[in-house]
Amino acid sequence: MNLQELIVDSIRRSTAEVFTTMLAVDLGEGLFSVENGSPAFNDGVVSFIGVAGLWAGTGSISCSPALACRLCSLMLMADSIAVDEEVLDAVGELTNMVIGGVKTELETHLGPLGLSVPTVVFGRNFKAKSAGTTDWNVVRFQWEGETLLVKLCLAPTEKTGHPSLHPAGSSCALEV
Amino acid sequence: MESDVLVVDDSAAIRKILQRVLRQTGMAIRAVHEAGDGQEALEQLKNHPDVRLVLTDINMPKMDGLQLLAAIKASPACHGIPVVMITTEGGETKVGEAVKLGAAGYVRKPFTADQIKEKLAGILEPALPL
Repeated sequence: MNLQELIVDSIRRSTAEVFTTMLAVDLGEGLFSVENGSPAFNDGVVSFIGVAGLWAGTGSISCSPALACRLCSLMLMADSIAVDEEVLDAVGELTNMVIGGVKTELETHLGPLGLSVPTVVFGRNFKAKSAGTTDWNVVRFQWEGETLLVKLCLAPTEKTGHPSLHPAGSSCALEV
Repeated sequence: MESDVLVVDDSAAIRKILQRVLRQTGMAIRAVHEAGDGQEALEQLKNHPDVRLVLTDINMPKMDGLQLLAAIKASPACHGIPVVMITTEGGETKVGEAVKLGAAGYVRKPFTADQIKEKLAGILEPALPL
């Protein structure tokens, strides 16, 4: 299995575990794609969390305002009808748990990794770009007519000592 | 005897969920206090000397859960309070560090109410039947 397959499998497993345990929601398997080049415009709620260590990058969850409110309502068992601080906090915590689960799986292969606290953005027609040129591994989940994107970009830092490992890894296999 | 519990997490959503879960455990809990980081938690422990259990996240701004654990264990007034870590950190590094520092237990996020109940069973007393 190469690193890209490992990342995608980890995203699927961790997202499923978090959503079934905390929200009683089955999101299904989710479709994988690679996002590269100029980032697309966003509308809605986007949460980011930094990953650091011998490999570094960013994890992200994004969805519409309506889905963010729905997820917050399920998580807190209380109605959320508009994106407020509580909704942003809930999306940030979901990101923390999902990417935290991915991080824990990846640590077995990539060594110790650290997580930042999440940052959540709500707005319209904005672009978000992470420094560097690494491709994003994207898993797109569909639920109740809405889309939830879980993304991770990860690249070796200078200390890694494995220059042959490529973060998108399909041609540079990391055997695990 | 009913106990006070302190929940420490920078996420208000998680604090709210833990408040609800703690009420459902059937343990003898008098009050659940909250803090958003380790510094706030130490203030709460000063203000509420009856706290008998601390549930804390690890990754938090200002003062993280491991620093809070170390501060509690170094405090003559608080060192006997059991501290249970509730965190996304599943790696051995931080969990091992928490155990070395004297954590009473560890629950990984995402968690179920049953996992919390099981972890607290040996620490808090069950509520008396009405």
